[in-house]
Amino acid sequence: MTETLRLTVDKRDGYAVLYTEGYINNQGGEEIARVAYDLIGEGYRGLLLNLAGTKIVNSIGISILIEVIEKMLEVNGKLGFCNLTPTIEKTFHIMGLAQYAGIYKDEAEASTGIKA
Amino acid sequence: MPSDAVLREVTLTLPMSADMEVQASQSASALARSIAMSPEKIDEVRLAVVEACINAFEHSHAEDSQVDITFCVLGREDEPKALEIRVHDSGIGFSPDTVVEPSIADKLKATRKRGWGLKIIRGLMDEVEIDSSQHGTTVVMRKLR
Repeated sequence: MTETLRLTVDKRDGYAVLYTEGYINNQGGEEIARVAYDLIGEGYRGLLLNLAGTKIVNSIGISILIEVIEKMLEVNGKLGFCNLTPTIEKTFHIMGLAQYAGIYKDEAEASTGIKA
Repeated sequence: MPSDAVLREVTLTLPMSADMEVQASQSASALARSIAMSPEKIDEVRLAVVEACINAFEHSHAEDSQVDITFCVLGREDEPKALEIRVHDSGIGFSPDTVVEPSIADKLKATRKRGWGLKIIRGLMDEVEIDSSQHGTTVVMRKLR
């Protein structure tokens, strides 16, 4: 049984929002990273991951998200997350991701913090 | 907790193949729902089961390439008090005491960003025990209802 991640991108003024739907495992994480690196290549320095459609992120997927955080730090960009389930948010705090990436309640809250 | 009786038990054997951890998490979720555990706690149990399975899949090197999972409802006099999940592999084992706890600051600088499974499991579950030897590993996780 495989849950394939679906990913859509909304490019906005100064930042881009990536909407996920499904399980973020190694394949899902790699897909997010591929799209994020393309956006960075296009000049975007603010990326927001809206995880409203994701109920589980495993540690392999999060490890790949850490690579994206590292890349964003290298280019002086900002990566944020919003619409997290309580468990995903708790997991991000357990891992300390909140020290290096913004965690927001929703897109409205994120929009001011994520713009580079 | 150890004095509680096993009110219900479900066992599952899964092959170590892609996304089988999701299958295990769905079984955990169904049993947790049956004892009216809160949705938030169910999600935490699901992720802990996913992580325990992934650890077994990736690190056990078990020759039989399978993982045995036992889900138990613990309680007294038909009153469920906790969900216990045992994830067992017949692999080479490891020494839990030698596992270095990961930190995000270190991982950002490191080539290898992985190694978070046990930290996540311990952070999400109420009790975690690891019994490991050269004959295999059993991770026992409990979540209070």
